[in-house]
Amino acid sequence: MASNTEALKTADGISLKVSLQRSLRRKKRNALLLVAPLFLFILVTFLFPIFDMLIRGVDNKITQEILPTTVVALAKWDPASGQLPDEDIFKAFTVDGQVAAKAKTISRLGKRLNYEKSGFSSLFRKTGRQLKKFDPEKMTTSYKENLISIDKKWGKVETGSLIHRESGRYTKSYYLTAFDLTQNSEGNIEWKDADSSIYIDLFKRTLWLSCLITFLTILFGYPIAYLLATLKAKTSNLLMILVLLPFWTSLLVRTSAWIALLQKEGVINDTLVAIGIIGDESRLSMIHNSTGTLIAMTHILLPFMILPLFSVMKTINPSYVRAARSMGATGFTAFRRVYFPNTIAGIGAGGILVFILSIGFYITPALVGGVDGTMISNFIAYHISTSLNWGLAAALGAILLSLVLVLYILYDKLVGIDNMKLG
Amino acid sequence: MKTFIKCTLATAVLAASVTTAQAETEMVIVSWGGAYTKSQNEAYHKPYMKEHPSIKIINDDSASEGAAKLRAQAEAGKVTWDVVDVVPDAAIALCDEGLVMEIDHDKMLAAAPDGTLPSVDFGDAIISPCFIPQIVYSTTIGFRTDKVGATAPSTMSDVFDMKKYPGKRALQKSPAGNLEWALIADGVATADVYKELATEAGVARAFKKLDTIKKDVVWWTKGAQPGQLLADGEVVMASAYNGRLFAAIEENKQPVGMMWDAQVFELDGWVIPTDAPNKAEALKYVKFATDTQRLADQSKYISYGPARKSSAALVGKHATLGIDMGPHMPTAPANAKNVLFKDVNFWADNNDELAEKFEAWLAKG
Repeated sequence: MASNTEALKTADGISLKVSLQRSLRRKKRNALLLVAPLFLFILVTFLFPIFDMLIRGVDNKITQEILPTTVVALAKWDPASGQLPDEDIFKAFTVDGQVAAKAKTISRLGKRLNYEKSGFSSLFRKTGRQLKKFDPEKMTTSYKENLISIDKKWGKVETGSLIHRESGRYTKSYYLTAFDLTQNSEGNIEWKDADSSIYIDLFKRTLWLSCLITFLTILFGYPIAYLLATLKAKTSNLLMILVLLPFWTSLLVRTSAWIALLQKEGVINDTLVAIGIIGDESRLSMIHNSTGTLIAMTHILLPFMILPLFSVMKTINPSYVRAARSMGATGFTAFRRVYFPNTIAGIGAGGILVFILSIGFYITPALVGGVDGTMISNFIAYHISTSLNWGLAAALGAILLSLVLVLYILYDKLVGIDNMKLG
Repeated sequence: MKTFIKCTLATAVLAASVTTAQAETEMVIVSWGGAYTKSQNEAYHKPYMKEHPSIKIINDDSASEGAAKLRAQAEAGKVTWDVVDVVPDAAIALCDEGLVMEIDHDKMLAAAPDGTLPSVDFGDAIISPCFIPQIVYSTTIGFRTDKVGATAPSTMSDVFDMKKYPGKRALQKSPAGNLEWALIADGVATADVYKELATEAGVARAFKKLDTIKKDVVWWTKGAQPGQLLADGEVVMASAYNGRLFAAIEENKQPVGMMWDAQVFELDGWVIPTDAPNKAEALKYVKFATDTQRLADQSKYISYGPARKSSAALVGKHATLGIDMGPHMPTAPANAKNVLFKDVNFWADNNDELAEKFEAWLAKG
């Protein structure tokens, strides 16, 4: 038998098995080469930036870079002792500080530490200015006294203990802030005072508003998608254009249109007052609060719900419902037991799409959300472009990302991701 | 493959030689866009390009994200901007990080016509060694003349007086400015505001005063919003940039009035990135664009005051409306009776903490 297999050879004398393997390998390689550009693109523009962002949320190499010898010297000091660091630590700081002041990097560290405690920004700027002129040859006092004479804060244990705490390669402080936690001077983690904790409530609000928006888009989108899928092609095409038209309009234009409609002196309030439903004094506040965010975002995201629903409904054979009716089911039962279960895949797809989009929305909430209608993305945007605290922005972003992933896994467990249909 | 490489090389060499032949330098200037960039275009860019035909100025309107984008460019090792228009907070932050260069104001900028040194002529406006001051603008209060009754509001306490002036107010959604105003309305003298705000009791006092109007405030985030809110009648009073109010009153003829009491002076100016591609050209440009005449010229196109003292006398008429711009400057003596200089160094230290407190205060409902 063995000799038989050996006998199977291609025209150029290579065994068939090897030849087959070769051609399969070539196919595989070609397929890989074809997807390589896309893979590289995603790697460079999506995976790498996300990885970089995750690192930024814990990265703290700045202290070691700017105060290399101080960090080593500080490791020997125990802030819990309540004693000021030794003279050699102050000397190390003066030496590092002078180098950093000349390289103009010292105030970067001040800005970084100012996230932990107000006042460090100006402390480091001031100290840097003085150290630049400082000449150790002419010094008459100790290094410790010299620094304290620059600013009294150097004479406090808290100043040293904060640098000591933030001298590691990595920090947990951004994540602590993102969870409204803080470290006290003994290094214990505790909740922030109620008058400065904001992020947990914001996460809760973002999730709650996104759930509500998803629910509203299902409620409004379902009947429209049903109409689109069941009407005659001519009518349904016209309706489809009406669904898509706002979809093609700029987001800012649609948001501004809602402002014109919903505000106190806006079209809706004016009409209600004119026909006498409400008095001129009791005009409704429908904007600059969470109601405004809900209405505007539901409208903006509606097409993302209607389109997947429509494409799923289009494939449902009308004879299923007819069969149910012919066997005695009422219209409602036929819908509940036969039609609706067939559309679950569309609801799932639309729901995930709308939910994930709304979790990341920030222009619309910024314009119409007022105080209780802003979301966590507004704060991520604020920390990226205004406060420049990218570490905190990264921590908030990473938490948001993991929330979405958890919800995705939950969805997969409950509904099954294979049931999702986008078209 | 070889021919391909040869071709590419040849094209590259050709392209390079063409660029050198023209000897044209493209300088990227980043600013805020809209009417503001237009005023800079007319007052600075056009005359500069006329004097220096080899320079081509490219306007980039991304100043609102200037600091963040500049930091991203520097991290990527490829800075493409030459001059950036920034507010002082950003100038301090960027200077701290070494992303923009330090300026020797007396050596690198033009002296006043009478020989006054730039450091004296700009005076307090030089809030950071990297900052080249350009204009003074102010955040002040605008109100609907048809909705405030017979006597228009005239002091900051009127803004906080819900009995005398009922109706909604629009304020900027930020602690800076509002906390100061709350203290002034509560009776703190303008000169002592930052001393008071540096204490915990002072911050609590400011929030307590803000509590009295909290439920009647619409918070705005973009500069164009307060003008719109006033025009729509959504609010009776609104804090706004004086240039925006000028446009509402003089250009759009709306029933809006302006209150100058306790206006908050803020600055705007240039910084030059440390790794700017055309640094020498950029320095030449800012020297030209911040001389006495040029700064005065800008006020022909927009109602922001020049940041140099010597320019004040040269402020003329609006280029299209033909009205005297002098009385519309926040720096005009009649308007500047009670002025609060925003303490940018205080905010550089305290903004992180106070912004958190402010947001938590807002969320309390």
